[in-house]
Amino acid sequence: MEGGKEKDAYRKACGIIEMDPSDLKKLGAWRNTNVKVTSPHGSVIVKAVEATQGPHPGLGYIPMGPWANSVTDPNTYSTGMPTFKGVPIEVEIAMNEPVLSSIELVQKKCRGEI
Amino acid sequence: MTKSVTDVICPFCGTLCDDLEVVVSDDGKTIVDVYNACAIGAEKFMHAQASGRVTRPRMQQPDGSYKEVSYDEAVEYTAQMLAKSKKPLMYGWSSTSCEAQSVGHEIAEQVGAIVDNTATVCHGTTLLAVQDVGIPSCTLGEVKNRADRIIFWGCNPCHAHPRHMSRYSIFPRGFFTNKGHKNRKMIVVDPRNTDTAKMADIHFQIEQGRDYELLSALRVALRKEVLPDTVAGVPKEKIYEAAELLTSGRFGIIFFGMGVTQTLSKNHNIDEAIMLTKDLNEFTKFSIMAMRGHYNVTGSGQVLGWQFGYPFCVDLSRGFARYNPGETSSNDLLRRGEVDAVFVLGSDPGAHFPISSVKKISELPSVAVDPHITPTTEVAKLHVPVAFVGVEVGGNCYRMDNVPIDARKVVDPPEGVLTDEEFLTRVNKRVKELMEA
Repeated sequence: MEGGKEKDAYRKACGIIEMDPSDLKKLGAWRNTNVKVTSPHGSVIVKAVEATQGPHPGLGYIPMGPWANSVTDPNTYSTGMPTFKGVPIEVEIAMNEPVLSSIELVQKKCRGEI
Repeated sequence: MTKSVTDVICPFCGTLCDDLEVVVSDDGKTIVDVYNACAIGAEKFMHAQASGRVTRPRMQQPDGSYKEVSYDEAVEYTAQMLAKSKKPLMYGWSSTSCEAQSVGHEIAEQVGAIVDNTATVCHGTTLLAVQDVGIPSCTLGEVKNRADRIIFWGCNPCHAHPRHMSRYSIFPRGFFTNKGHKNRKMIVVDPRNTDTAKMADIHFQIEQGRDYELLSALRVALRKEVLPDTVAGVPKEKIYEAAELLTSGRFGIIFFGMGVTQTLSKNHNIDEAIMLTKDLNEFTKFSIMAMRGHYNVTGSGQVLGWQFGYPFCVDLSRGFARYNPGETSSNDLLRRGEVDAVFVLGSDPGAHFPISSVKKISELPSVAVDPHITPTTEVAKLHVPVAFVGVEVGGNCYRMDNVPIDARKVVDPPEGVLTDEEFLTRVNKRVKELMEA
């Protein structure tokens, strides 16, 4: 995060979803497969990795960053705080689609290209 | 021959470690090594030296590319944008010094802006809860010397505040805690089995978003009333056991983080956590503290507090200070399209706001003041690079327990690069001219 958000290290650290091995099995995905995460608020391509701080079946974890913010719930319920956590999502395999860098992702989303 | 600068303050997280040693080259221009810092803190010092750093302001061109401009042009653009705008949003302020924040607020007052800091997506709900029910807190020194019951609720200091446990909360040997971690009992509440949870005496792996229930259940258990068999996925025996453990201590502390502030119940989670602390004070001494993220987000709340009376979401557009989170908070304003210009300093909403808000920023006249290249600087119309506070310029900062600490300068910034405070002072002067004209 402090090493430069335009760098590839940031994409590798935060452009992921940590999933429980049992959930990966249900999805039929190998570890390190690109997946499409969809919520009622948007969708994003990230890499599915095995949970490092699990087990937590039924729970996906995307670290704070533009990838997570592509699918989080922006509603603040009059508190000023968007509902970043506990957003219901669907995950599907998207093996051939790339995980974009933070800058590309935000620029393309802002221009409405994706 | 290299030389060593001691007692350097780390400008990364709210723990604000003050024991770093930075080795600089003999001409005092480059950082060679950093001792005592965590991996993230050291990275920040080393990143300041990285090649390819932007050292001149850049203006976005119609085709999306960026063209280098002078600081004079950047000051002019920023001042014009703020002076012309009816209701600009001035957001960020958490990764800069209190001195720079103060100058920023002066500009905001003149142009009738809304000043909001990163608490709005971090501990803003904590601030709401504190206004609701108050807060019994303490300093980290007291935690180090006295605390023998530690709760980490919805936070993961192993990764987010890496030296918190070794400097203050778990491992150090304090005056009344002379056996270090052997004196302390640690409870972690987290839906994931985090690296912090793996160290705990008790880990409650709660169902996501059910913090309020578990906090209430602990209050019930303290009163020795009846609980259902499980609460939030935790068996009642474990809750009674935890209540017993907490009341048997001499001094306890609850540290809490984004796990409670960002889930659906938001400020009500914190209300309940503070009320639990109050209840525990019937049995023993107990405190509660927010794990603040940015190294000076606490300072931003302090400076706004003493200048305008409110810690974030301060609306100055009517000529006096108003405060109403949900209305005057950045994300609500952006979503409803109520601001007509955005000024960002010392924060990265491009990466940390929901994408719908970021899209709004990209459509407005916008200035991002940041030493790094970030998603925000890459959608803003103007990017103004500045010196790193705490590395290339000193300044006052507040630790998560509201203790002010002066950050130190270690090396010079790249030639010609302004500091936050210098840039803001020049904008302030120009805004004054424009407003008087």
